[in-house]
Amino acid sequence: MNITKRAGALLCCLIMVFILAAAQAEDGFSTSYTYTYDYWEDVQESPDAYRVATVIDSMTLGLEKLENVRINKAQSLYVRDQFIYVCDTNNHRILEIERKGNAFSLRRVIKEMTGSRVNTFSTPYDVFVDPDYNIYVADYGNQRVAMMDKNLKWIRDYTKPADATFDQSLNFLPKKIVVDVAGRVYALCQNVNKGLVKYEADGTFSGFIGANTVSISMGEYIWKRYFQTKEQRAQTESFVPTEYENIYIDPEGFIYATNIVFSEYDLKYDNAKPIRRLNSLGSDILIKNDRFPPIGDLFWVEQGAEASGPSKFVDITVMQNDIYVALDRTRGRLFGYDSQGVLLWAFGTKGNVEGAFTGAVSLEHMGYDLLVLDQLENSITVFQTTEYGQTIYDATETYLDGKYEESADLWRNVMKMNANYPLAFRGIGRAVLRQDRYEEAMDYFKLAHDRENYGRAFKLYRKEWVEGNIWWILLLVAVLLIVPLCVGRVKKMKGEVTAHELRKIHK
Amino acid sequence: MSFGKSISNPTAADQALKAEKRKAARERYFRSLRYGLHVITHPFDGFWDLIHEKRGTMAAAHTFLLLFLITRVLKLMLTSFQFINVPIQYINVFEQMGSLAFPFIILCLANWAMTTLFDGKGRFRDIYMAMCYALVPYILIQLPLILMSNILTYEEGSFYQVLMTFSIIWCVFLVFTGLMEVHDYGPGKTIIFLFVTVIGALVIIFLLLTFFSLLSDAASYFISMYREIVFRLN
Repeated sequence: MNITKRAGALLCCLIMVFILAAAQAEDGFSTSYTYTYDYWEDVQESPDAYRVATVIDSMTLGLEKLENVRINKAQSLYVRDQFIYVCDTNNHRILEIERKGNAFSLRRVIKEMTGSRVNTFSTPYDVFVDPDYNIYVADYGNQRVAMMDKNLKWIRDYTKPADATFDQSLNFLPKKIVVDVAGRVYALCQNVNKGLVKYEADGTFSGFIGANTVSISMGEYIWKRYFQTKEQRAQTESFVPTEYENIYIDPEGFIYATNIVFSEYDLKYDNAKPIRRLNSLGSDILIKNDRFPPIGDLFWVEQGAEASGPSKFVDITVMQNDIYVALDRTRGRLFGYDSQGVLLWAFGTKGNVEGAFTGAVSLEHMGYDLLVLDQLENSITVFQTTEYGQTIYDATETYLDGKYEESADLWRNVMKMNANYPLAFRGIGRAVLRQDRYEEAMDYFKLAHDRENYGRAFKLYRKEWVEGNIWWILLLVAVLLIVPLCVGRVKKMKGEVTAHELRKIHK
Repeated sequence: MSFGKSISNPTAADQALKAEKRKAARERYFRSLRYGLHVITHPFDGFWDLIHEKRGTMAAAHTFLLLFLITRVLKLMLTSFQFINVPIQYINVFEQMGSLAFPFIILCLANWAMTTLFDGKGRFRDIYMAMCYALVPYILIQLPLILMSNILTYEEGSFYQVLMTFSIIWCVFLVFTGLMEVHDYGPGKTIIFLFVTVIGALVIIFLLLTFFSLLSDAASYFISMYREIVFRLN
C-alpha cells in the first residue's frame, strides 16, 4: 500500500516535471530574463532576444599557457570586422582576437610598437581600429593617444594640446577615443569638462566638442546661493558640467555619448539625457518618439538594496540598422533601442552565471552579436540573437528598406512569439493601412497605442463612412430641420383656429 | 355611512393637496434645474438670485454634483484614446467619484468655516449650492465632448483641447463669482479666501487623518490587551 502510494506520488512528480519542462521549452520563457515596458510603463516579460553563445576568458584564449599572464582589469573592447581588440589595462597590452565561426583564437598580443620615443603602453584605457587597421590606443599613463599601423609601426601621437583653451595645469588623461572616417580623433579625457578633445587627422588640436551642459534646478540654485555659508558652498559640489562616461561613433559619423552623472529626478523628465547623439556642433540630436525617453529601467529601488538607483550606461554600441544598445552598470543589463528611441528589449542581470555580469564595462557588436566585457570576471560574453530577436531586426530593416509587405509579415511572426509587443502591432498596422484596410489598421494602432497613425487611419475610415452614408446623413439633417418647422407651423395654425373660435364665442 | 364619508372626504382633499404640492415641488425642481443655464450665462445676477431670491433648490444642486461625477467617469471610460491617457485596467469608478466628491465637500466645508469668521454671508448650504451650480458648464461641455472625441482624429485634437480648457476656465470663473455673491465679498477678498480655503481644507484633512490614526491605535491597543488577557488566562 505504502509503496504503491509512494510510486504514484513519484510518477505524478515526474509527469509534472515533464509537463513543466515541455511548457518552458515551447514558450521560450524558460531562461527568460528579457522584458520590455508597455505603454503603461509596466514590465512585460518577453521571449529572449539574445542567448549566450560562448564566454571568452584567459583560459579559452590560452593566455595561461602563453606567459601565464591572465587578463587583468580589462577596460575596453573594440570590434573591427572579424577581429576583437581587448584593452588589457593592468597588463599594459592589447589583445587581438580573431573570430572564425564560433571559435575565438588569440591572434597576437600587442605589448609595444616600433619607432616611437616610448614604445610601450601604460594603463591603456581604450583602443580604436580604423578600416585600414590602424590602431589607436588611449595611452592613459603616458598621457597620449598613440596611433600605429597594422604592423605596429608608430605613426604619431596625439598629446596634450598646447592651447590656451586647455587648462595647462591638468594632466592629459585620455580614457575613451573614437576616430571618424576622415581620421579626426575625439578623445574623452579625465578631468576635462569642456567636452571631447578633438584633433585633426594630422594631429593638431582643433577644439572641444559637445560639452555637457550644467543642470541645476531653481530650488537648488536658491538654496546654494542664498542659504549656504561660504564653507558649506565650498564643500558641496560646484556647478560644473560633468564628463561623459563613454563614447561611440556610429556608421554615419555621429558620436553617441553616455552620461552617468545626473540627479534621479531629472531622468524621467528627460533633462538628464543619459544617452546622447552629438552632431558636429555638439548638440544632442537623438530621436525620442516613445512615451518614455531612453533611460534604461523606468523604476528602481532608491537606496539600500544591492543594485539601487537608476540605470547607468557605461557603454553604448550602434548597429548598422541604427539600433543602439546600451550597457547598464547598475544591474548589468543591456537595453536595445531602435532609431526612434523605442525600447526593443532589455535583459541581463548581476551574478556569476553565464549571461550575468559582475562588473560590466564595455560593449561591442559584431554583426548582430553582442560582446560584453566584464572587468571583474575578466571575460567576454558573446550573445547571439534568438529567432525572436532576429525577426525584430529583420522586420525593422525591411521596413527601413521600404519593403513594407515583407516587413508586416515579419512583424506578424514577432506577434506570434510575443503578443505584448507594441512595435509588432504598429508594423502590421502600417502595412494594413497601405492596403486601404482602415478599420483593421485602426485596431492594430489602438493596440499599439499609436495615436498619430490611428488618427491617420481613422481620418480615411471616417471619409469612407461619410461617403457611404451620405444619403442617410442628409436625410437625418433634413428630418431634424423640417420636423420642428412643421411642428411650429401646425401649432401656429392651431393657435389661429382657437383664436378664431374664441373670437366667435365672444361675438 | 356618514361616518365613512366624513373620513373619506378629508383624505381625498389631503391627497389632492399632497399631489398639488408634489407637482409644485416637481415644477420648482425643474425650474431650478433650468435656472442653472441662467446662472452660468449671467453669473453675477444669477448667483445673487440663486441664494437670496430662492431660485435654486438643494435637489438641483445634488443633481448637478451627481451629473458632474458621472460626466467625469464617462469621460475617463469613453473618450477616444487619442486624447487622454487612462489606464482603464486600473480605474475604479467609485474611487474616481470619491476622489472628486470628497475634496469638493471638504473645500465647501473649509470655505464655510473660514468665511463665517470673516463676515461671510453664506451658510453652508448656500456655498454648496453655488458651487454645484458652478459645475454646470463642465457637464454641458464635457458630455458632448466625449462624443466629439470619437469623431475627431489626432490632428484635430486642438478643437478638443480648446473646448476642454474653455469649460474649465468657465467653471473656475463661476466658482469665483459664486463665492463673491454668496458671501457678498469684493474680488480681492474672494481671492484671498480662495487661498485660505485651501489651507483650511488641508487642516481638515490633517485632523481627519490624525483622528483616524488615533482611533486605529486605540482600537489596536484594546485588541492587543484582550489578546494578552486571553493568552494569560489560558
